[in-house]
Amino acid sequence: MNRTTSNILDRPLGRSGGRSSEGSVVSLSAFAYIYSELVQYHQSRAASISELERRLESAGYGVGLKVLEMVAYRAKETKRETRLMSILHFVSSSVWKSLFGKSADSLERSIDHADEFMIVDYEPITSTFVSVPSDLGQLSADAYLSGIIAGVLDGAGFTARVTAHSVKVEEGEVSGAAGGGGVFTVPGMPPRKDKAVFLVKFSPEVLSRDAALER
Amino acid sequence: MSSPILFVIVGKNEPLFEAELDTHPGAQGNDLSTRQNYFVLHSALDLVEKSAWTTTNMYLRVVDKVNHQQVSTFITAGNVKFMLLHGGKGEEVIKSFFNDVYGYYVKVRCIPSLRMLLSLRSKELTNLLACDNIAVNESIL
Repeated sequence: MNRTTSNILDRPLGRSGGRSSEGSVVSLSAFAYIYSELVQYHQSRAASISELERRLESAGYGVGLKVLEMVAYRAKETKRETRLMSILHFVSSSVWKSLFGKSADSLERSIDHADEFMIVDYEPITSTFVSVPSDLGQLSADAYLSGIIAGVLDGAGFTARVTAHSVKVEEGEVSGAAGGGGVFTVPGMPPRKDKAVFLVKFSPEVLSRDAALER
Repeated sequence: MSSPILFVIVGKNEPLFEAELDTHPGAQGNDLSTRQNYFVLHSALDLVEKSAWTTTNMYLRVVDKVNHQQVSTFITAGNVKFMLLHGGKGEEVIKSFFNDVYGYYVKVRCIPSLRMLLSLRSKELTNLLACDNIAVNESIL
């Protein structure tokens, strides 16, 4: 049987997968299984909590670099981001949409520090099915996502240190925000008690360059 | 005498891909002019860096002019620079060439086993770019 091997460079890149389009969509459970294996793999090799977090972050970093190029290419606009606010908007909306099907729930700027920003997600898929035992303390399984964010920002030229934190959801805080925030609410499971906050801290040269461009 | 075309993809710190195309396959570009071409192209990198932050366009047009040659650049979202050293005609062709290369680059980039800083030494990419180069070459010169 003769099968013509197609050159990888000739094959189309695949359409950006929304839930309704025919783009490739992966089931949440498949992702959850693979991700739990990934975490266990690194857990067995890491000697400490911070090392585990670093491993997860570097696992996500490569993904971030690729996602940056893919999302920008698919947007078909041949435009890149050069300003801080625009790259943050790019991350919290375009990148989030292509990865999770919805925009990030909020993008905030820290009051105390001019170089810190926060991206909030109420239902990050990396920690939906993960429970952190008490002896691992402050570890957030979303370190993988913070690696992705760091990869996107670093690839675009905005070096930043991104860390993931679990913050308790306040009473009365609306978690099903407008715009499909409840996409990943798993039926039958109680609503999550914490949201994931990704703290993005830019390096000083990024801020000074952005300030110079402002003028 | 027409100038050879030099195409380089430059990543964050080092060149990822290089291809040189001569109009006359028989004529051997001598070593000196080749090295000179490379030097011209890489020295234009400073100018590229400078202008990269002033515009959100990916296509940067002509960045530098040396003697009778010009350097055109295209920057991707990941700050990877495609640079072309050429004779100076056919801007539309160059633009479409860059767009084609951009498509190939994104596809190669998404290969999971390719590490970020490794040279893009793909046989297929080289062949494809050679074909593209020939097409561009014929229309420019």
